[in-house]
Amino acid sequence: MIRVILPPNLRTLAHVDGEVGLELNGTLTQRSLLDAVEAKYPMLRGTMRDHVTQVRRPMVRFLRAAKICLMNRPMRRCLTRLRMGQNHS
Amino acid sequence: MKGSPVNPDRIYASQTSAWFGQIIQCSDDGGKTWNPPGTKPEDLMTPDGMAKGESNMFVYDASPETGKPLTTHQWYDGTQHPWEFKRVWHLEPSLHDPDHVYAGVEDAALFQSKDGGKSWHELAGLRGSDTGPKWQPGAGGMCLHTILLDPNNPERISIAISAAGAFRTDDGGKTWKPINRGLHSQYIPDPNAEVGHCVHRIAMHPSRPNTLFMQKHWDVMRSDDAGDSWHEVSGNLPSDFGFPIDVHAHEPETIYVVPIKSDSEHYPPSGRLRVYRSRTGGNDWEALTKGLPQRNCYVNVLRDAMSVDSLDPCGVYFGTTGGQVYASVDAGDKWKPIVRDLPAVLSVEAQTLP
Repeated sequence: MIRVILPPNLRTLAHVDGEVGLELNGTLTQRSLLDAVEAKYPMLRGTMRDHVTQVRRPMVRFLRAAKICLMNRPMRRCLTRLRMGQNHS
Repeated sequence: MKGSPVNPDRIYASQTSAWFGQIIQCSDDGGKTWNPPGTKPEDLMTPDGMAKGESNMFVYDASPETGKPLTTHQWYDGTQHPWEFKRVWHLEPSLHDPDHVYAGVEDAALFQSKDGGKSWHELAGLRGSDTGPKWQPGAGGMCLHTILLDPNNPERISIAISAAGAFRTDDGGKTWKPINRGLHSQYIPDPNAEVGHCVHRIAMHPSRPNTLFMQKHWDVMRSDDAGDSWHEVSGNLPSDFGFPIDVHAHEPETIYVVPIKSDSEHYPPSGRLRVYRSRTGGNDWEALTKGLPQRNCYVNVLRDAMSVDSLDPCGVYFGTTGGQVYASVDAGDKWKPIVRDLPAVLSVEAQTLP
């Protein structure tokens, strides 16, 4: 299971508290992760990436173990916890 | 932000950030609680009740059936540039149905929702009109910021775009025409061009929908034929640059502006915050200063940040980029700050509750 921490704004919109748990099959990419988040919380469509182009909003960052992941390439390491939101580091 | 004239408990607000894009918020209890339309908690309780994020989806209509597949407008350097949705600048609820609301957006287009803001559809005839490819963004972007609904004629809507100008439909939004005759803008290649004028705001008194008052980039203008022709009424203003303009609730010839020094210096002349009132429909203006800071004041008042109530005498309200909201309960004679230290005030909406 992938554990995702959404930033407060998106938690408010999605009506969730704390972490979000996602079950993903196959190769894990940032795109597949966003697809999974939107599938489970469709009210977040348009907030992390544009509705039409599916391009991620430029200021939305993925933070994993204090590193910023920007590319839409497969994440080869097994991710267990991922924080998504503003980059304050 | 704006409340429905039919149901004052229904308020629409546009929330935009570079982080998470556009989000529409709606309240059905006068602002106590807010939800993006379609995402109320009760909607989330059933497996099929999940909202689909439609309320923040503004997709330009490029279909030949409903508009024209217009894909580019003029960029700052004169080249053609793709239309890209950036944000909602203004929400204007219908005069008759609380679930019907219009949205003016950047890049300039007019959308409407008939389901309380859950889903949005473009009135593509505006952007697809002949002059669309000539529209060009101003310093604040290419935004549709003013939507005036004619109370006597539901088919007539007037809108304004920076920096394209004013436009009007007389057939409910199917076709539009520029209404900029009489505007003169020195800083564009043809100062009297059909489009290209940086209109900042237009106001109308509901009892006289053919009389429009405009704060242009420079110049305060007036039309008495629903925008078909304009003439300048800047008169004795210390500067005719500014953003908001509004009309007294009971005196259709009494109007308010807040002069700003210039387009490059967005603060009141001499650092004195003064609202100017004309009781003659323009040209003859008086400074309203009582209760307003008269030295070292370097704030701006944005185009959506002035509003009037419908009490007698008329209340007038405006917010500043310094985070103060000033109110006058006597049509502008005296002012008091009713809140301060907010972030920059983008929008002020006054409602008169029963």
